[in-house]
Amino acid sequence: MTLVLTGLTKRLGSFELPPLDLEVNEGEYFVLLGPSGVGKTVLLEIIAGLLRPNGGRISWRGRDVTWLAPEQRGFAIVYQDYALFPHMNVRHNIRYGLHARRRPSSGTAAAVKAVARQVGVEELLHREPKTLSGGEQQRVALARALVVSPSLVLLDEPLSAVDLRMRRELRAQLRKLHREAGTTFLHVTHDVDEALQLGQRIGVMLDGRIRQVGTAEALFQHPSDPAVADFLGIRNILAVARRNGEVCEVGGRPIHVGRRDGEFSHVWIRPEEILLSAEPFASSARNQLHCRVVEREFRDVLVAVRVACGGLQLTALITYTSFEELGLMAGAEVYATFKSSAVHCF
Amino acid sequence: MLMRSRPSAFSLIAVLLSGILLLFVVAPLIRLVLATPAGDMVGSLRDQELWQSIALTLRAAGIATLISTVFGVPLAYLLARGRFVGHAFVQGLVDLPIMVPHSAAGIALLTIIGRHSLLQKVARPVGLEFVGEEAGIIVAMAFVSLPFLVGAAREGFAAVPERLEKVARSLGASPARVFFTIALPMAWRAVLAGMVLMWGRGISEFGAVIIIAYHPMTTPILVFQRFNDYGLSYSRTAAVALIVVCIIGFTALRFIARPPRREAV
Repeated sequence: MTLVLTGLTKRLGSFELPPLDLEVNEGEYFVLLGPSGVGKTVLLEIIAGLLRPNGGRISWRGRDVTWLAPEQRGFAIVYQDYALFPHMNVRHNIRYGLHARRRPSSGTAAAVKAVARQVGVEELLHREPKTLSGGEQQRVALARALVVSPSLVLLDEPLSAVDLRMRRELRAQLRKLHREAGTTFLHVTHDVDEALQLGQRIGVMLDGRIRQVGTAEALFQHPSDPAVADFLGIRNILAVARRNGEVCEVGGRPIHVGRRDGEFSHVWIRPEEILLSAEPFASSARNQLHCRVVEREFRDVLVAVRVACGGLQLTALITYTSFEELGLMAGAEVYATFKSSAVHCF
Repeated sequence: MLMRSRPSAFSLIAVLLSGILLLFVVAPLIRLVLATPAGDMVGSLRDQELWQSIALTLRAAGIATLISTVFGVPLAYLLARGRFVGHAFVQGLVDLPIMVPHSAAGIALLTIIGRHSLLQKVARPVGLEFVGEEAGIIVAMAFVSLPFLVGAAREGFAAVPERLEKVARSLGASPARVFFTIALPMAWRAVLAGMVLMWGRGISEFGAVIIIAYHPMTTPILVFQRFNDYGLSYSRTAAVALIVVCIIGFTALRFIARPPRREAV
């Protein structure tokens, strides 16, 4: 492990970061995902050494750096609002860290040029920060951080302040920069898509705690609890009212879950595993519910159809072809069919 | 272009009140200059005592400002960035000289720089005398005008986003480098404005200075002495000369410290 946080806590006015543990691997692109206001920025600033923790330990490559001054850590932080130095032009912004780290001045110009080319701001070197667009400013901020070859790059919502198109471009660029730089990136965001696209591993942070860490696949296959699943935007998470062997009562309806070991309080039915039909049909699937269409949401390639069966509401994802064949108007009657093995319990 | 509509009663009243206030500031000064015969002013050019006192006043206030800047700018920076214990208390201490009557401040200063004070005993061997000397005038001016420098500089530093300093630290800059490459370059106009304010306040100081040094005479004391001994018309030329010199100096410094022109983004 490159970066190990152990029992890190921080009180800041009314805000409190409960003891937090986290491990990030060398060279990894790690994304910390969580809603705003859970202390992600505070955590980054503690790692950078800009805030002192009230307790706990930060170790970097086996060395305790908890009380090391920020300039001695060899990290670099990039903020959401770019934080370019307004009294310096782009070139001077980028080379600031080289001077601060007393790198030999002979290589400065070449290093600035190389990193500027890498992030695509070589045409902007003579410009003043205030004349740049948001996307350009964030590229300059990235160049300014990367030019010092930091061993850990801390990214605080780096894409939140730029427009949607630029965000897509910058995401691709961040992935490329991470690959080329070969260093460890720790990126915090509230944007699930961003986390899924960039993170080799993702930590989900809710209420100041890291609830689950894993690859994007692992998070979606096995969300550790309903709150994580809900935050990831996973649909059809339902509370179990009662359980009787292989049958659970959910929303007042019996649902076959098959044989399950252990306790669970929630079930999750993947929307793409629910089949909608106009008539009931014979099938090996153990669950078939008679529902009414509540609402339809048209997506890129699929239609999300929300159906209700008494107090139980489910979302099914179907193709446009099926949608047209079934003629699903709001209020139409349909049958929702799914296998007991499609019901995930946790 | 903004649409021009009929001005509201409120803005008319605000303009009227502002006008009266400005007139109140400008009228006595203009009247003073106009009431002084040109011949007297020309004659004052040869008034050695007057020009010596003006030179003394500008120099003493200038030295007081420079010395205070060395101590006051770090304090202003600490206050702007400070989340230290007793922050509000320190802030109050800095502003104290504004509240203390200046003659009382002079008496208080005498207790630490008087002829028999410890500080004077330490300073005497190196040839430094306070009471009745320029050094004492400098101390008095510094004491009463320091809050203006610290206040303006603190505002300037507070306007520098702390995040910029954090980025600089994470890029490898020491706190000293951050101060000299980020905070000071961004706040220097405010610091300079504070220095100008302090200098002006020092030049005009009367109460604290007269207690510590009646002689050598700073211009405010010279004006007072001439008014007392010879009357209005004789003191008038000294007053006008000081006012003219100050206006020229402040205008020049304000021009240097003017905010940069806003450019369209």
